[in-house]
Amino acid sequence: MHPAASVILFTASSGAGYGLLFLIALAAAFGLPLNSLYGAAASFLALGLISTGLLASTFHLGHPERAWRALSQWRSSWLSREGVAAVATYLPAGIFLLGWLFPLPEALWKASALLAALGAVATVICTGKIYASLKTIRQWHHPLVVPVYLLWGLATGALLAAALGPLGTATDSFGYLAAGGLAALLLVKPLYWSSLASAKPGSTAETATGLGGIGKVRPLDYAHTARNYVMEEMGYRVARKHARRLRGALLVSLCLALLLSLGATLTAGWLSGGLALLALACGLLGVALERWLFFAEAEHKVTLYYGATAA
Amino acid sequence: MIDRPLDTSPKVADEVKYSTCYMCACRCGIRVHMKDGAIRYIDGNPAHPVNKGVLCAKGSAGIMHQLSPAKLRKPLKRVGPRGSGEFVEIEWEEALATAADWLGAIRRTDPKKLAFFTGRDQSQALTGWWASQFGTPNHAAHGGFCSVNMAAAGLYTIGGSFWEFGEPDWENTRYFLMFGIAEDHDSNPIKTGLGRIKERGAKFVSVNPVRTGYSAIADEWLGITPGSDGLFVLALVHELLRAGKIDADYLLRYTNAAWLVIQDPESGDHGLFARDAEGRPLVWDRAQDKIATAEVCSESAALKGERTLPDGRKAKPVFHLLAERYLDPCYAPEAAAERSGIPAETIRRIAAEIATAAFDSDLELDQPWTDSAGKRHKTMRGRPVAMHAMRGISAHSNGFHTCRAIHLLQLLLGSVDSPGGFRYKPPFPRPIPPGQKPAGKPGQVKAGEPLPGPPLGFPTSPEDLLVEADGSPVRIDKAFSWEAPLSAHGLMHLVIRNAWAGDPYPIDTLFLYMANMAWNSAMNTAGTIEMLTDTDPETGEYKIPRIIYSDAFFSETVPYADLILPDTTYLERHDCISLLDRPICDADGVADSIRQPVVELDRDVRPFQDVLIDLGTRLGLPGLTKEDGATKYPGGYTDYLVNHERKPGIGSLAGWRGENGESEGRGAPNPKQLERYIEKQCFWRHELAPEERYFKFANRDYLETAKDLGLIDAAEPIVLQLYSEPLQRFRLAGEGKGPLPAPERHRERLADYFDPLPIWYPPQEDEVGDATSFPLHAVTQRPMAMYHSWGSQNAWLRQIHGHNPLYIPEGVAKEAGLEDGDWAWVTSRHGRIKAPVKIMQGVNGHTLWTWNAIGKRSGAWNLSADAEESQRGFLLNHLIDELLPERGSGYRYASSDPVTGQAAWYDLRVSIEKAEGDSAQSAPRFATLTLPGLPEPPAVSRYGAKDSRGRKRP
Amino acid sequence: MTSLPDNPSGKQLGLVIDLDTCVGCQACVVSCKEWNTGGYPAPLTDISPYGPEPLGAWLNRVHSYEAGEGAAGRTVHFPRSCLHCAKPDCVTVCPTGASYKRAEDGIVLVDEDLCIGCGLCAWACPYGAREMDPGEKVMKKCTLCVDRIYNENLPEADRQPACVKACPSHARHFGDLADPESEVSILVAARGGYDLMPELGYQPSNKYLPPRASRAQEDGRMLEDAKPEGGFLGWLDDLLSR
Ligand SMILES: Nc1nc2c(c(=O)[nH]1)N[C@H]1C(S)=C(S)[C@@H](COP(=O)(O)OP(=O)(O)OC[C@H]3O[C@@H](n4cnc5c(=O)[nH]c(N)nc54)[C@H](O)[C@@H]3O)O[C@H]1N2
Ligand SMILES: Nc1nc2c(c(=O)[nH]1)N[C@H]1C(S)=C(S)[C@@H](COP(=O)(O)OP(=O)(O)OC[C@H]3O[C@@H](n4cnc5c(=O)[nH]c(N)nc54)[C@H](O)[C@@H]3O)O[C@H]1N2
Ligand code: SF4
Ligand code: SF4
Ligand code: SF4
Ligand code: SF4
Ligand code: SF4
Ligand SMILES: [Mo]
Repeated sequence: MHPAASVILFTASSGAGYGLLFLIALAAAFGLPLNSLYGAAASFLALGLISTGLLASTFHLGHPERAWRALSQWRSSWLSREGVAAVATYLPAGIFLLGWLFPLPEALWKASALLAALGAVATVICTGKIYASLKTIRQWHHPLVVPVYLLWGLATGALLAAALGPLGTATDSFGYLAAGGLAALLLVKPLYWSSLASAKPGSTAETATGLGGIGKVRPLDYAHTARNYVMEEMGYRVARKHARRLRGALLVSLCLALLLSLGATLTAGWLSGGLALLALACGLLGVALERWLFFAEAEHKVTLYYGATAA
Repeated sequence: MIDRPLDTSPKVADEVKYSTCYMCACRCGIRVHMKDGAIRYIDGNPAHPVNKGVLCAKGSAGIMHQLSPAKLRKPLKRVGPRGSGEFVEIEWEEALATAADWLGAIRRTDPKKLAFFTGRDQSQALTGWWASQFGTPNHAAHGGFCSVNMAAAGLYTIGGSFWEFGEPDWENTRYFLMFGIAEDHDSNPIKTGLGRIKERGAKFVSVNPVRTGYSAIADEWLGITPGSDGLFVLALVHELLRAGKIDADYLLRYTNAAWLVIQDPESGDHGLFARDAEGRPLVWDRAQDKIATAEVCSESAALKGERTLPDGRKAKPVFHLLAERYLDPCYAPEAAAERSGIPAETIRRIAAEIATAAFDSDLELDQPWTDSAGKRHKTMRGRPVAMHAMRGISAHSNGFHTCRAIHLLQLLLGSVDSPGGFRYKPPFPRPIPPGQKPAGKPGQVKAGEPLPGPPLGFPTSPEDLLVEADGSPVRIDKAFSWEAPLSAHGLMHLVIRNAWAGDPYPIDTLFLYMANMAWNSAMNTAGTIEMLTDTDPETGEYKIPRIIYSDAFFSETVPYADLILPDTTYLERHDCISLLDRPICDADGVADSIRQPVVELDRDVRPFQDVLIDLGTRLGLPGLTKEDGATKYPGGYTDYLVNHERKPGIGSLAGWRGENGESEGRGAPNPKQLERYIEKQCFWRHELAPEERYFKFANRDYLETAKDLGLIDAAEPIVLQLYSEPLQRFRLAGEGKGPLPAPERHRERLADYFDPLPIWYPPQEDEVGDATSFPLHAVTQRPMAMYHSWGSQNAWLRQIHGHNPLYIPEGVAKEAGLEDGDWAWVTSRHGRIKAPVKIMQGVNGHTLWTWNAIGKRSGAWNLSADAEESQRGFLLNHLIDELLPERGSGYRYASSDPVTGQAAWYDLRVSIEKAEGDSAQSAPRFATLTLPGLPEPPAVSRYGAKDSRGRKRP
Repeated sequence: MTSLPDNPSGKQLGLVIDLDTCVGCQACVVSCKEWNTGGYPAPLTDISPYGPEPLGAWLNRVHSYEAGEGAAGRTVHFPRSCLHCAKPDCVTVCPTGASYKRAEDGIVLVDEDLCIGCGLCAWACPYGAREMDPGEKVMKKCTLCVDRIYNENLPEADRQPACVKACPSHARHFGDLADPESEVSILVAARGGYDLMPELGYQPSNKYLPPRASRAQEDGRMLEDAKPEGGFLGWLDDLLSR
């Protein structure tokens, strides 16, 4: 699949935003010590990231002016559900944000915090599901795809939350959560890769054309000589060597982010703040790499018509 | 629920106009559906005899042809050097006056200084006639570089031919053998026919070095090595003879198998037919045991045995000579296997399959008919083996004989115009060969006078050649000279070269119509471009002083002309697909058709036919002007179409003749004829009666009908010529015998190549080249979705074929270290090109191939200078030399078939190597062409956007 | 409704493509473009139509493949358009309801006025049958010529898809694949028509008829000499003294 920068940015940014929202909201709901400057800034940042992501994704549409129509098919479409969840999350999230700035009834504020957290998780699940439900791409149609989306949300959200620490929070939990999320990713991503490597691709050029009975199938001409939408969108294939290098880089950035965020948690003051920012940078680099690979390594079945042997 | 307003019955047309497609020369019938003054869509006319409703990719892209930004807009006069693209737009009056001025001076002094050659047009009945009215012998259409080998071999053997002039009996054949066809001019009918025989379960064998297109769906593909079909076919002949699987009755009744051939090697008539005092051929009558005159439809003659003629000389029947020759082990399958790449067992098996299909079938049509001898037959007996062949055979220098070998095979099987075999389309069969002889002999070309006949024809003996007293050619292309005696279509591929070299003489004006001679229809393209721009160092004048060209588009040739006469598109003009030219007949019917303007002209261009008639009038050509100099056809081309009579009662169109449209074929001009055509969907067809549909060469009713319709002059039976006496006459001349012996330097060639029975010899490039330096063959194929050069301006078609890979066999790739997408240098003895490669399996192991004419010159066709057609696309033509290397005498013959002059495109021999580290661009490269006055091509095309979508939601 | 129709009518229109007779001529491709650029999905935009790297929307494309090795191998031309699947995810993933399957005849369509051009349906189609229009920015796909097949303004004989009408070798057939008695169903049964990528469970309606086995070896019999002792002329004697 074509790794479009906009889509990478959008999913990474909204994922981090939802992660941050989730953590801050839960922290608030469970009464962790956050001052209101921190709370407001973090919530604001979370909503900012979410909105940037959503807006970016609408601009990426052919007809952004009709984007509202995407809310209608929640009964069957994960994309629609994502939209509904995202929109629905805005209400409690907005109330939750206001609660930092203006006094609100405690019950209302806590309830909206819980709802916002729930909405955040639901939205990220929907996002993951959009991909995971596509039978056309075995790298996406995989049980670990949704968990990975959630873990990234958690990890990048926590890295953000930790990096915002100097604004006024007394808790280490974000640092530990970030480390935990990153550690989980360090475990889950290799698991995902090895599971893919050991699974046999379900479709081949032979099943795609039905010509396997004659023998091995090789393309002679790709229909038109001119380019086409399908191949521009889905024809991207990353070189194996390149992918291996990027996977390495991803693991290294995850490790670094993990170590740095532990370092930030175990140190204090100026140093801690600096390390947290570095950890965040590594985490964001990681998520960008991971998303890029998520697309670039995704082999759409349609490529079987264009020279791929299995997908 | 979402409400889905969907109009499933939108109105699609305000009006439907019928016409004839011209996205290629196949002449399919179309319906042009017009909506709000624009073309909504074009589809096939279901009632049309050619395409019966279907339409190919090109035909379906007609809208984009009409929309091409490369359409010429106004007459142009060159003001800069040739090729510079510096032109000024001029008015038609100036253009026509200039042309008339140039041509008038030529006609008044020496008409042959005009060379008038036409390409892809379907107006040869008009252009040829115009040339002879002008008085120049230097006229031909594109047949010489196309497939004259098929036409000549057929017309000298069976009085008809492959190409689009005959067709397999799709409904009855049980075995179909196709040689060297990728597309052909009958492309929709062939596709429909192949679908039909698949449905019927007949076996389809394709003999072709490449397995794509038609060959891809063959039940058996024989990946023959180019140029060796003759070996393969004659090995089949050997097998059939060996096993006695021939149709002796058919041979006796309809062919010259029993005619006695004089066996007197020393004499001037050795090898000619023994004839009686009236010139009638003689046979040995078995019943009476004596010499008798040959009779058609009789089975009493002897096929074998040496006889003594009344004059005491010996003679043998044709069949005896034929059997002696082809039974020789040198024609056995083993002898053909290596060169052809088809194993001997395969050849044997195919021979057996053919024999089974032809002789063990019970195909007999329950259809009585009467032969030319008046005998009534209760049924029509089938020989359901059909064959078809085209440029894979014809585009070789041995193509004439190979095509004749295929006809020989068909005749031995008795399958020519038998049910299940090859079928003639009227006006064929015609006398063998057709009676007209080329005009333009010395003394026939006179200042200010027309030729006494058409410039093209069918020589039957050296006396018919167009040569001067010293044996040198009369024609600029050397057609009908000792170099190419049976060049019935001329040699268009030599015109520019010879005119440039002043060989045999310099000309004044080259007048071209619809032929992209500075690009894909030239051999040695780069050299041709140089010849067009070369000047005489003394005078500074161009070697070819004047070039007038009529094109409809900005082709690669336009910038090289001095005067451009811009034509209309096929949707903007009248045309006539006449029985006098290349009509739309099918085996069951006689038919012709027209085009009518369906969209209005929006530019200052004129139909070329109108221009030609206007020019002819200005020149005072006798056929076009009255005594007082006034035009005979004030209405222009449509006036001519309706009122011109070639012979009394016979004109361009055969339908609705007679004052009130009451007669067919022959009849007085009908002023309302075009209206009648338009009413009747732009075509006319006379369906043959069932008893007229087979054995047309000796079918009394058919021949009568053909005569009545004006297709032939007399209802005489046509005897099919296994043994070709005209060829023997030229061979005798080559042996220094006969009434007009050949000049010394041509003799060996004539003696070698003018064998009266089919022979095989290696393509000439095999002989001259050095086989180890150039081990590979290189050929082209027609892409089904492109027509030569003119499809690339089409926004839809160019997305399908925007560039062309060089397809190479796996073995060659391995040896040269090539992988898909690599670039390679391909070298011939003449030149070198660079091209991207694609490896494939279904190709003969010694053969490279590519799609024809996809490569374009940068800037041409109003494509952007960096369009892929010029960046990646390439032409094979740069590798092909139009001349062979010097022979012993120092003379360079053309890269052509020595019998017909057919351009031998596919003789090409090459080598290949990987192009390392070069830019990803094809080579050779040429300066970008420009032309003033054309619109800026749009950046986006949204055709149809304003049409109703059949949906209502705002 | 973006969900699949609950009560399919029992009718499923579609195409049957005969790979044994398809010569790869692209007639179906261009006639489809021609009809549809002015039809239901009008227009089918082409960008850079006369420049470098043109890009156009097409609803049908014809590939070619080589299958098998050496002489036993085949070249197969392979048309590819929407298969009007019975269980297509291209419909269910659509967030707007633009992509839908008609209950009355099973045709899968895009309702362009609803389409936001998100491209997800194209991702969900394994067969590459959907193309985003580069100018209109909405999804285009084969309409099964829904504006022809029922069109009362067309003569009865023309109420068939443009590609089917154009196909010169009659390799394309149109009909109701849910009706076992229909001509297309009978053809599919007789010729072993098959589904593309059946493993995905989309249940394509269009069927492909496989290339028939090569018939190179018919009966293997060779021709016997006419008359081994007498040779050819001996045979001729026999023949002529009947
Ligand atoms: N390598 C290689 N070369 C080949 C061949 C091959 O197989 N391989 N094939 C050869 C053969 S058989 C042929 S026939 C030739 C064909 O070659 P050409 O005869 O050159 O055919 P086209 O390229 O179609 O070009 C015809 C010209 O007609 C113009 N034209 C199109 N429509 C009209 C019209 O309505 N009016 C006018 N006035 N002009 C129009 C086009 O713009 C174009 O410039 O190519 C030959 N060249
Ligand atoms: N779509 C489309 N249709 C066209 C044209 C076009 O440009 N486009 N051009 C028209 C014109 S002008 C012409 S002349 C006709 C020509 O129609 P075809 O005769 O079909 O011409 P080619 O495409 O040159 O096909 C020649 C075939 O012969 C094969 N071949 C080459 N050498 C040999 C050989 O030695 N032996 C055998 N057995 N096969 C060989 C090649 O692989 C190729 O398949 O098509 C006409 N129809
Ligand atoms: S074969 Fe195609 S381009 Fe040629 S006349 Fe027929 S429809 Fe037109
Ligand atoms: S082929 Fe693709 S677009 Fe058509 S119905 Fe099936 S999944 Fe949908
Ligand atoms: S591109 Fe249009 S039809 Fe496809 S899923 Fe998106 S909204 Fe639906
Ligand atoms: S059915 Fe209509 S829309 Fe579909 S491929 Fe055929 S022509 Fe195109
Ligand atoms: S029109 Fe028919 S033969 Fe031609 S490519 Fe399409 S399906 Fe194949
Ligand atoms: Mo040709």
